[in-house]
Amino acid sequence: MQDAFVRAAERWPRDGAPANPGAWIVTTARNAAIDRIRRERTLARKTELLARAEELPADQEATIPDERLELIFACCHPALAPEAQVALTLSLVGGLETPEIAHAFLVPESTLAQRLVRAKRKIRDAGIPLRVPAEHLLPERLRLVLATIYLVFNAGYGPPVRRELCGEAIRLAAVLATLMPDEAEVHGLHALLLLQDARRDARVSPTGELVLLGDQDRGLWDADEITQGRRALERALSLRLSGPYQLQAAIASLHFEAPTDWAQIALLYGRLAELSPSPVVELNRAVAVTMADGPEQGLQIVDGLTGLERYHLWHSTRAELLNRLGRSEEAKAAYSRALGLAPSETERTFLLGRLEAARDQ
Amino acid sequence: MQYLLLINDDEAHWGEMPEDERNAIYGEYMQYTQELQSSGVLVGANQLQPGSTATVVSIEGGKTITTDGPFAETKEVLGGYYLIDVGTLDEALEWAAKIPSARYGHIEVRPVVMREAEVAS
Repeated sequence: MQDAFVRAAERWPRDGAPANPGAWIVTTARNAAIDRIRRERTLARKTELLARAEELPADQEATIPDERLELIFACCHPALAPEAQVALTLSLVGGLETPEIAHAFLVPESTLAQRLVRAKRKIRDAGIPLRVPAEHLLPERLRLVLATIYLVFNAGYGPPVRRELCGEAIRLAAVLATLMPDEAEVHGLHALLLLQDARRDARVSPTGELVLLGDQDRGLWDADEITQGRRALERALSLRLSGPYQLQAAIASLHFEAPTDWAQIALLYGRLAELSPSPVVELNRAVAVTMADGPEQGLQIVDGLTGLERYHLWHSTRAELLNRLGRSEEAKAAYSRALGLAPSETERTFLLGRLEAARDQ
Repeated sequence: MQYLLLINDDEAHWGEMPEDERNAIYGEYMQYTQELQSSGVLVGANQLQPGSTATVVSIEGGKTITTDGPFAETKEVLGGYYLIDVGTLDEALEWAAKIPSARYGHIEVRPVVMREAEVAS
């Protein structure tokens, strides 16, 4: 997701400041009318799983909401490998079929099936509890659950986009929000996913190219989802306990405004860097600072970052900044470097375009 | 459910420790064991003699092979164990985290195979 903000700065029209920046999602919009079927499948599986556990509550109907939460925490237990956590959550909580999950994560079906079998076996054999963790364990465990859901969303975000994963992640976040209404970061994640998803129809051109935020058709943004996302964000903020997801959601929300309040965004990235420091967060902050204070300031931050030599967006951001500062030879070199490191065809096409444009200057 | 908490330590690290620091840790161990006992979850526990005292036995081609141990050529060596009986893995993990050696090495938590009637797979 943060990549998108960096990419936003990669396009500076020669004639002025860019229009509304932001992230982008591509999708082939698909209405999942299978929600009901999934819920039923989920219940059936859940019953199956619970039947294998030693502590099986006698009457399940009365405790179904609680069991869903317990199930989520069991699926995201740290004793399970991260891939297993994701697969299990999608299967047992999301109700997705094994082939669907396998396809979404680009692994052979047999691999995924085995992963699920082993994970369920471990839950049973190692005695992973089917209950909401104790108070003192909750913060850490909740972090894992949120990370898993976010992982699912990002896997669907792409490129390439797998719409059902994004939808599934939002659904999971919504469920969690109803089951844990007093957790600020749960609402924060929910808000973030909604706000990112709101751009899904504007993100990619009909020919499959990335559409920069500045070029996106605002009419294609899902206004409803933006509203929902902002509502979730407000709920989060009202609980008065800041966190990384809330900050990211706030940034996403600001990107829908015109004109963009880059100074505020830079500030939020600064706070985010304090809470969950990472070079990528700093990179995004550099972009925001550039937009607010100019390319010299931005380049200062970018050049000061270490450990990103293999990250294509670090090079492409440097390239844009150098280009803006009239240092075109260095810019071209940086673009080439970025091109060599680009992870997908969509990215490569985009960077190639930037390199060509730089060459023409 | 019974869990075996396997304590893995870097023996060199122990050796280099000043005596009073070592004694302090032994004190912590005694306190920890006492806690396990009072909680009623302790089934058994032992400190093992150093890895250098180990002997490895295996049968190859019908012949008994005996060699100087320990088996695993790792920096961390099995130094002791606690066998506890608790309700869930989470409880076992909490107890494991309190073991003094968790700060210097690592604790492996293994469920014990129960021979009583288990839910069928």
